[in-house]
Amino acid sequence: MKIQQLSIFSENKPGHLIAPCRLLAREGINMQAMSLADSQRFGILRIVVSDWQRAKSLLEAEGFVVRVTEVVAIEVPDHPGGLSAVLDLFEGSTINIEYMYAFPFVHAGKAALIFRFDHPDAAIERLRAGGMTVLDADALTNR
Amino acid sequence: MIAVKESCATFHPDSAQDYVPSALLAELQFSRLKNIVARAFDRVPLFRSRMSDRDLTPDSITSLADISLLPFTTKTDLRDTYPFGLFASPMEEIVRLHASSGTTGKPIVVAYTQQDVDVWTSVMMRSFAACGLHHGDIIQNAYGYGLFTGGLGAHYGAEGLGATVIPISGGNTDRQIMVMKDFGVTAICCTPSYFLHMIERAAEMDIDIRDLPLRVGVFGAEPWTPSMRKRIETLSGIRAIDIYGLSEIIGPGVAIECPEQNGLHIFEDHFYPEIIDPETGAVLPEGEEGELVLTTLSKHAMPMIRYRTRDITALLPGRCPCGRSLRRMRRIGRRSDDMLIIRGVNVFPSQVEAALLDVEGTLPHYQIVLTRMHGLDQMEVLVEVTPETFSDKIGALEELSTKIADALEHVLGLRVQVRLVEPHTIQRSEGKAKRVLDRRLPS
Repeated sequence: MKIQQLSIFSENKPGHLIAPCRLLAREGINMQAMSLADSQRFGILRIVVSDWQRAKSLLEAEGFVVRVTEVVAIEVPDHPGGLSAVLDLFEGSTINIEYMYAFPFVHAGKAALIFRFDHPDAAIERLRAGGMTVLDADALTNR
Repeated sequence: MIAVKESCATFHPDSAQDYVPSALLAELQFSRLKNIVARAFDRVPLFRSRMSDRDLTPDSITSLADISLLPFTTKTDLRDTYPFGLFASPMEEIVRLHASSGTTGKPIVVAYTQQDVDVWTSVMMRSFAACGLHHGDIIQNAYGYGLFTGGLGAHYGAEGLGATVIPISGGNTDRQIMVMKDFGVTAICCTPSYFLHMIERAAEMDIDIRDLPLRVGVFGAEPWTPSMRKRIETLSGIRAIDIYGLSEIIGPGVAIECPEQNGLHIFEDHFYPEIIDPETGAVLPEGEEGELVLTTLSKHAMPMIRYRTRDITALLPGRCPCGRSLRRMRRIGRRSDDMLIIRGVNVFPSQVEAALLDVEGTLPHYQIVLTRMHGLDQMEVLVEVTPETFSDKIGALEELSTKIADALEHVLGLRVQVRLVEPHTIQRSEGKAKRVLDRRLPS
């Protein structure tokens, strides 16, 4: 149920984000989710794509540094309290959220939340026990 | 008092040695050379074996020109014999140790007997006197105090001169400027780039250095250009004097500019200069550019025979209008090796490499970028991110940056900027990698 996310290192400079995006466009690889984390001097582009192995090797062949990380995607209703219901499940637990990002499914009235947990398996267990819908890669693709 | 200060501005009793007739000076140099060679031969195994290899004994030196028969000494020799291998005096006769950074993180250690400290004090007194300082002057000594020779060298010289020393050491610019203004400082010792920074900072504090009693700056420990001097002199209204020295020889006080500001007079009665072709080692005639080689004629604790300074200069022909008989060398513009001088601290690219070696996955692609901001040298180390070092977490990458900066500080003794860059950003070169991008403008 874990999803492979690709992270790409990018310097925080004009024109540096477009290069990996252009490559994926050329190769017909769709980004299903993405977020950009940045500090003053560098950024990390995090993406979930349709064919992560192929995307990874293409990116690496072009000289990008790519890291594969397991993340967890959850579907929640796109209304107030959607996120906090998920976070409630982890209150008082030792599971830590390293980072997260969210995006809506515009037509379905749903939103997907992508979490990077320090202990993803334990997190999935807890999410399921709490009645959450954990998405696999296909579900994310065919949403 | 003021009148005395003005009239005696260029002469101090110790300066008499600056005017010794050349023939007498040569006689003195020869007799001192024989003594120092004998001392080094008798007491330092490295010198003895090197001389023996060439079938030389102290008796082989029958004239001053015979110095060219002797083997060179290099910084590597100091490193290889770390810490005390080149000492010619037992520790009970050594009153002071200093150290400067070496190429591998190990410092180079230098030693002084009381007599050596006295010689050092004397050449620094003569240096200050040559740039017009005297008792009554208030000297703000902003060279770092500590293992670095700059601080204490200038300190003892200024006290010997009878001037008033303010041992403020480096850093804390606002306080430097406050002291300069409130104490009525007339002379300052520091690196030229740091003084430029002080000028800028003073302006921000609404203080115009031109309005202060400050009239002389004794600047050294890093190469600087004539245009930088012009800028300093225009902006601050002081006379900016170039001083030269190196720990291996004695520290500051090997050579100094006189008010003519056309070349630095070498205190030849203690430090014998030669200019050599850095490739062949052949001694070059007067006026030709090459590497400066110095022999300490009177140093007891650690005689240096034909020490290769790596500094490129030339001995200027002709006599200086100031009347000193001491020969002059052109100001140092560059060095023959790759040593960088960052805010007065010696930095070798190999040290950066050594530091990166301690942070896994960071080698081999790095580059040192030098810039100048607010008159101070800035050093940035670019390190390419590798699959091994890359993390999807910002915090982890920031931690990596800090870890690299810590490792560099540990080796260099200097806090430098670290920037993580994308792979292949650092230009690859065929053959020797271009490790240093020097963007410090020749200001």
